[in-house]
Amino acid sequence: MKCAPFEYVRAGSVAEAVTVLRDTDGEGKILAGGQSLVPILALRMARPAVLVDVNRIPDLDGVARNDGSVRIGALTRHSALVAQTEHPLLAEAARWIGHAAIRTRGTAGGSIAHADPAAELPAVAVGCGATVHVAGPAGERSVPATELFVGALMTGLGEDEMITGLDLPVPARWGFAEFARRHGDFALVTAVVAEIEGEIRVTVGGAAPVPVRASRAEAVLAAGGPAAEAGRAAAEDLRPTGDLHGSADYRRAIAGEMVRRALAQAGVGTGAN
Amino acid sequence: MDVTVSVNGEQHRLDIEPRRTLADALREDLGLTGTHLGCEHGVCGACTVLVDGEPARACLMFAVQADGCSVTTVEGLAGDDGTLHPVQEAFVAHHGLQCGFCTPGMLISALHLLETDPDPSRETIRAEMSGNICRCTGYTGIVDAVEAASSTMRDASRPPDRP
Repeated sequence: MKCAPFEYVRAGSVAEAVTVLRDTDGEGKILAGGQSLVPILALRMARPAVLVDVNRIPDLDGVARNDGSVRIGALTRHSALVAQTEHPLLAEAARWIGHAAIRTRGTAGGSIAHADPAAELPAVAVGCGATVHVAGPAGERSVPATELFVGALMTGLGEDEMITGLDLPVPARWGFAEFARRHGDFALVTAVVAEIEGEIRVTVGGAAPVPVRASRAEAVLAAGGPAAEAGRAAAEDLRPTGDLHGSADYRRAIAGEMVRRALAQAGVGTGAN
Repeated sequence: MDVTVSVNGEQHRLDIEPRRTLADALREDLGLTGTHLGCEHGVCGACTVLVDGEPARACLMFAVQADGCSVTTVEGLAGDDGTLHPVQEAFVAHHGLQCGFCTPGMLISALHLLETDPDPSRETIRAEMSGNICRCTGYTGIVDAVEAASSTMRDASRPPDRP
């Protein structure tokens, strides 16, 4: 349970971090909160030659309101996401991330880059239609969250790129529901409901390799259908795989119920709108 | 790599390999074996310490990352004269430990919980302590102990009544 040796570089700036990454020819890894990376290293599932520690880069954390969205610095810790009040959906979702000693270290950028299918922040990013800001040796680019996640633990980030932050639209109404076997564990299923610019977006995490929009559920709601029917439509659309935490059918049933609960929390599909 | 770290108020300078975790540095280099290592990949919570006042899993942090930081381990809880911290007293009084392996992490997590929420409900205590696993499954005693410690610490911080 000890990591293989690596060279440690403490980056002083984003430019330095991506330059070091470029020079390692794919053998480098960003070390942010380390709450996912360090277990992977300890289990020797990865053996990067160089770790680029970005924790001391100035001005890379914080949550700031910017018109209809919040800008979240990549180094913002989950505990700060819980504490902020600008984006209530984000605060609620972040409460569900890991445990206290994980939230103090884990970062927003790290969670997005790690792209665990069951993680909360990728689901919220897709659910709210976030824009992810990425720096590389050639400069900066912005990627919609819906395009960033390409598979389980896989993103469209280049080996010499790092996330610097994201813009997360603030929903007018929102709901968040998660089912995990124990508080703090990764979710079996997460449901995110967000009303962005008049559109109700329903997103399910944990039931596919990436967070997915439940388009049929959204269509049910757009036609004035009730939350329960939208939940059923969401469940029918999913093709989850079963594992020791739950069979495919069980996950699908839980997903439908989580969507229903998130809609109820948002006050959507209750017949009152 | 040179690292300067303050542990329980004492400054240490270490020359350390980057892959050495903070937990291993505390135990092997500083001889502070109170911090226990169970799973070594961030699941069990036994190695929880405070880094600049915030709880962190010492197995998920490299010691080089703690350069310039202030770390509190279980050895830092009791007073200089050996007087136990109220959280430690409560664990003794309420059977909050059986084999004792998880206890250092439990104490640190409990301490941080009570510093941020001086009067937590039993439900909050269970949720906030859920990152620490007790293999003896002595959770009821642990929750009792944290609840009792919260009461003691609140009483201690309350200003005396005017006559």
